[in-house]
Formats: sequence, C-alpha cells, structure tokens
Amino acid sequence: MESVDLLYKAIYILAIFGITLLIATYSTYFERKIAAFIQDRVGPNRAGPAGLLQPLADAGKLFFKEDFIPAKSNKALFILGPGVAMLVATMSSAVIPFGDRLIVGGHEIVLQAIEVNIGVLYIFGVVSLGVYGLMIGGWASNNKYSLLGAIRAASQNISYELAMGLSLIAVLMMTGSLSLREIAEQQAGFNWNIWYQPLGFIIFLVCAFAECNRTPFDLPESEAELIGGYHTEYGSMKLGMYLFAEYINIFVASAVMSTLYFGAYNFPFMENLRQAISDPILANNVVTLVGVVAMFTKIFLFIFFFMWVRWTLPRFRYDQLMKLGWKILIPLAILNIILTAGGILLKDYLF
Amino acid sequence: MEPLSNRRKQVEKKEMTFAERAYLPAIAQGLSITLKHFFKKKATIQYPEQTRERSSVWRGLHVLKRDEEGRERCTACGLCAVACPAEAITMTAGERKVGEENLYREEKYAVTYEVNMLRCIFCGLCEEACPKAAIFLQDDKIAPARFERDEFIYGKDRLVEPLKTTETK
Repeated sequence: MESVDLLYKAIYILAIFGITLLIATYSTYFERKIAAFIQDRVGPNRAGPAGLLQPLADAGKLFFKEDFIPAKSNKALFILGPGVAMLVATMSSAVIPFGDRLIVGGHEIVLQAIEVNIGVLYIFGVVSLGVYGLMIGGWASNNKYSLLGAIRAASQNISYELAMGLSLIAVLMMTGSLSLREIAEQQAGFNWNIWYQPLGFIIFLVCAFAECNRTPFDLPESEAELIGGYHTEYGSMKLGMYLFAEYINIFVASAVMSTLYFGAYNFPFMENLRQAISDPILANNVVTLVGVVAMFTKIFLFIFFFMWVRWTLPRFRYDQLMKLGWKILIPLAILNIILTAGGILLKDYLF
Repeated sequence: MEPLSNRRKQVEKKEMTFAERAYLPAIAQGLSITLKHFFKKKATIQYPEQTRERSSVWRGLHVLKRDEEGRERCTACGLCAVACPAEAITMTAGERKVGEENLYREEKYAVTYEVNMLRCIFCGLCEEACPKAAIFLQDDKIAPARFERDEFIYGKDRLVEPLKTTETK
C-alpha cells in the first residue's frame, strides 16, 4: 500500500469516526424532538435555535456531574464496562460501504474504511461483543437490578442473534458473498434485496431492534421495573457513554440494514444519470456523491423508524420476548431459507 | 339467575384470526396513529414570550387607584373587607394630617391595606363594593408563584398604583 493510500485511509477513518459520533450526538436531540412531536409537544427548543445546542448542553451536564463509583463495586470492571460498550460500537462502522469510488486526480478512492471479504461476519462478531459492555457494567455494579438487566441483555442478545444470523443466510445464499461491498454492488440501480427477501428483512429488522435494546425490546434497561437495568449505578459521562453507544448501535444497525436490503448507495435511475454526463470521470464522481447522499438518506430513515417505533409500542413481557425469539422468528427464518433455496433452484431450472 | 338489568351480554372468547396473531397489522395501525400525531399542530404556548389570550372579563391582581392628581382614592371605609367572601382584605384607617392633602384625597385614608393572595378567590366583589372606585382587579397582572407564605400578603407597597412619573426621565 502506498503512503498516499495510507494517508487517505487515515483521513477517511477519522471522518467516519467523526460522522458516527456526530450522528449519535444528534440522535439524542432527534429522539427527544420526535418523541415530543409524536406526543403533541414541541420538545427541546431553549438551547440555541430550535434547541439545536441541546446535545452540547446535555454533554456538558454529564461531564460536570459527580463521577460516582459505588463502594462495593468492582472498580476496574465498573470503569471498563462503558469503555467496552463505546469501543465496540464505534468499531463496527469500519466495514460499511458508505459510497462507491471517487476518482480524484487519477487516484481511485474507495469510500469504505476497510474492505474485507468477510464484512458481514465482522459486523456480527463486533456487534455481539457489544453485549459484553452491558454484562461487565451490570455485573460490576454489585446491584441486583443491574445484574438482572445484564442477564436479560445477554439472554436477549443470544436469542435474537440466532434468528438474525439465519435471516441473513438467505441473503448470503442469493449474493454468494460475505463482502458488504459485493453485496452492495449486486444491488445496482433499483435491484434491491428487499424485493426478494421481504420476510427475511422483517425478521432482520425485529432482531435489529432486539440487538440494539430498543423498545419494544428494551428489557435490559426497562426504567419502570429495573430502574435503568444495567446502568442503574452509573452516572456522569460513564452513563453518557452507555447511552451514546446505544445510539451508535442504532446508526450501525441502520447502515447494515440499508446495505443488506435497501441497496446501500444504489438509487433508482443510477445508470441513466451516469450516461447523461459525457465526461466519464465526472459522471462517476457525481453518481458516487449522489449515492452517498442516498445511503445517508436511507440510514436516517431507518433511525427515524427506530424512534418512531419506540414512541408507539409498549415493551414486551419477558416470556413473550423469549417466545417470539425462539418459537416464531427462528422457525420463520428457517422457512425463509428453504423458500430462498427453492427459489434459487427454480431459477436455475427455468433459465 | 334472572338478570338485574337487560344490559347483560354473553361474553365469548373468540379465537384470534391469523392477522391478529401476526401482530404486524396492529403495529402498522399504531405507527400510523403516531405518525398522524407527528404532523399535528402542537398545543404548546411558549410561555414567557407568548401568553395565553385571556377573556375580556378576566380578573387579575388588585390595584389601589390614584385620582388625576396622584392622590390615593381609598378612604378605608372597609366595605371591600365586608364584601370579601374569602376574608382576604384587612386594613387600618388613619386620619389625614395637615400638609398631606396632596397624598390622600379625603380626611380618612388607609394606613395599611393588605390582601392575602392565598385567600383571595379573585371574585371581584371588592371592586363592586368600593364606593370610591379605588380598588380594581387589573386584567394584565397575575399573582406570581413564591416560596414563602408571607410573600403572598400584598401590602400597600405592592398594591398602590405607582405615581405617573412622566417628568424628569
């Protein structure tokens, strides 16, 4: 790898890191705004124009609060918990293709931090590490509510990861690749996976909600019964990191769903746009930039959907959660695999 | 058993249809309801900047009026205190001394005049009882929230209309 490439990679990774943090910060603002709008209120509007500086005010408040560590807790693990949650959350956006390639001065710049041929596995591995943050934090707090929250987080993640993986297998059978870039490229134009995998998408979506601990699956932190669950004992910026990690996870889950099912950076009439511009390099760059906008539009729509659902549905009961995971989603996912396999065989037979 | 009223209904436990068991149609319905509220006009009034419009007969905080020459109109006759159903008004009367003609309109005046805003029900009967047109419930002021009970007893310092100071400003 040339040094120019290395430099570009470093800049790109920093940019993605910054964008991830920025989106997570403003997710808190939009969460509150959307909650307010759905409940016929106006939401935060005092800090800055339309309340846009509210996240900064919140962060400032969290930074200046007392950084409290309970006396009977395991101090090292107590500090490690939110760190792990945050680290793992920020790691997962590395393999997501946010755009196709730009050509600048003869150099080809791929808009993806790391291109690995096992991108999907990487995401799954890193995301399932995320639950360690909650587990460690909940365990180290030495508090029964925290421990219950941590146990719930672990069992819920295990249950729903199965169905998630199985629903993903159907996609992998169609694309024949584990690389997120290849999956994205195969969905050129409007040939998105959602048209072939509606059932798989719904299963994946439900599991993504469960993996992100979002309502209706927010049992690990259910503030009504477990007074905050795994983060009961946390305060100050450690609590902030947990909440932040949750929003980053939402962002990553949205990005993964857009990539796997909604054509990543592809948009309808992409080729028409490419042919409409005579200069091939300019055409490529314009299409790529519009693609990046399309990708982020899809991500934002998914983030909005996450929040929209949160302010609509009540929380599941714990036995209902387990029943849905094991008795409904997993059989459905297996059915989806069989249907997909049948479809692929039929296509081979007919054409 | 004989029914006590004719409103008794036979309860039956129906088997849920597939659509009901699938849960997704109900979720879609719920989402559409919340989305409708998302675009609804908000009822919030941005209070300090914006105040709710009050009725034209709205009664606010009391004021003790002065006449055209800036003299207090109140003669401490006590009719307002008698009329007050909540017994919120107390006063002590005093005699005007020589040289105070520019302060009080008549020979008798109120040395103290107190309205307990925790007792007051803002009925406006004091306003109706006053023969000297001295007390009014103004329409632009309210008794604000305070921390101490003592602070709700409004004395003359807060009730009497301030002198019009148009000169030397």
